[in-house]
Amino acid sequence: MAKVLGNSEFWRGLFALIMFVLLWEIGSRWKEMFGYSLPYVGLLPAPSEVAVAWTKVLPKWGYWESWYMSFKRVLAGFLAAMLIGIPFGLMLAVNKYFRDIFFPPFEVLRPIPPLAWVPASLIFWPTNEMSIAFVTFLGAFFTIVINVIGGARSIDVRYLRAAQSMGASQWDLFSKIILPGTLPSIFTGAAVGMGITWEVVLAAEMISGGGTQGSGGLGFFIWNSYMGGSLPQIVVGMISIGIAGYLSSSLIRIIGARFMPWRRLF
Amino acid sequence: MQKAVEMSRSEGHAAGADLQSRVLLEGVSKSYGEEWERQDVIVDLTAEITPGELTVIVGPSGCGKTTLVNLIAGFETPDKGRILLNGEPVTGPGHDRMVVFQETALIPWQTTYENVVFGPKLRGDLSGKELQDEAERLLNKVGLREFMHKYPLQLSGGMQRRAELARALINQPKLMIMDEPFRGLDAMSRGLMQEFFLRLFEENRRTNLFVTSEIDEAIFLADRLILLANRPSFVRKVIDVKLPRPRHYSMLSSPEAYAYKREAMAILHEEAMKNFKSTATSKDFIDAYSKRAD
Repeated sequence: MAKVLGNSEFWRGLFALIMFVLLWEIGSRWKEMFGYSLPYVGLLPAPSEVAVAWTKVLPKWGYWESWYMSFKRVLAGFLAAMLIGIPFGLMLAVNKYFRDIFFPPFEVLRPIPPLAWVPASLIFWPTNEMSIAFVTFLGAFFTIVINVIGGARSIDVRYLRAAQSMGASQWDLFSKIILPGTLPSIFTGAAVGMGITWEVVLAAEMISGGGTQGSGGLGFFIWNSYMGGSLPQIVVGMISIGIAGYLSSSLIRIIGARFMPWRRLF
Repeated sequence: MQKAVEMSRSEGHAAGADLQSRVLLEGVSKSYGEEWERQDVIVDLTAEITPGELTVIVGPSGCGKTTLVNLIAGFETPDKGRILLNGEPVTGPGHDRMVVFQETALIPWQTTYENVVFGPKLRGDLSGKELQDEAERLLNKVGLREFMHKYPLQLSGGMQRRAELARALINQPKLMIMDEPFRGLDAMSRGLMQEFFLRLFEENRRTNLFVTSEIDEAIFLADRLILLANRPSFVRKVIDVKLPRPRHYSMLSSPEAYAYKREAMAILHEEAMKNFKSTATSKDFIDAYSKRAD
């Protein structure tokens, strides 16, 4: 903690955040202060109003249930994408026949935006929940696979040759060279994929309507606030998503550093 | 053929006979590319890597030196001809031939120690305490004992090369193949590494193939100098370098060394010129280079 407080980067960051909030506050209150409203910024609720709205929802169970639901969906989709995407990507990278068969359809499906899958998956999957999870999965899956392929194929052939001449079997080459060599790309893919997952979950929650207050997730929380005409509460939802996304990507960074000690050196 | 397991259990010095391997290249050819754009890299190359000697292969860059290394190491197979290690044909990679690669090929996600024990541990040649002792002995020898738990990226360029030497030596290879190992080092570390490498070699005279494009490095290290022709490459000339051992860097300025250098440069220059003639179009350029001929 003392280390953080003595760090000039920390203070610069804090200063920038405070200035940002301050300018926003002044911008939104321009009319009260000067009698006329600033274009665009004047329409925004002031940070103080957002804070008030936030204190109102904080003790409510529904707000936290929204967090919980969105996190649950993101995690489900994301984990499924990792579990299926990593082995699939490695197979594509390592095995020529596998690549010849599965890469073309993969490349055709990849450019389809995850949100374009929403209507079809709402029809296809029996429950709303499953279709949201499926679309979330797609959001992360393609990114993870592409990163895994790229990572595995860019491993320096000399590492493989060195290992091979020292007596490494096919399995040794895979487990000791290719897999660890692909880890950095896996984590890059995971970080990007996690971002996309949040985007997709929110959009899917808005479209699918979510049902009751809490089970709709943060996406529905925003949508609901919009329908109810509560501008500050929309911003509360947006900032909540920002925080949720930041927490998720920090988690990936921390896990990544743990898995790849050789990259923690700089 | 002696089993590698026995070899690696004995100390380097004791296994003297196993270090004196002979490699024969008989009419080796290799080309790349599809039929209609086939590029001959090596054509009918016949050479001998003599037992207990340091054979240095020199040639202009892009002449096929690395291809030759890949063939001898068994990473690739020749289109024609054959390669014999102590009379047995080379069919693939094996730990009887260790390659120290250009730049560094230490595995980045393994510590220096893990890199060094990689081979014997995989094969189960050495285990537990024995393996640890041998690895530490070699790391001590190359001056990296204190750095054994560091990752390669935490080491300097010179340290990485020394770590790679230790990683190769622990496998007790019959042939050490050094593929421009000191390229990319600054002049000072390069000189130090050359001297260090020579001390290692002179200790037990393990048959060694050293590939370089630097003529000074070649003469300083070599017992025999093989000069390669430019693409397609074959043996242009073999020069026996009779400078006394142990070598010292000051010997490079002796008249004998200079005579070797002149002889080698004349041939290498001719070969490099071939490349210019086939690629450069500017006449001035060619003229300028022709004037350097003598």
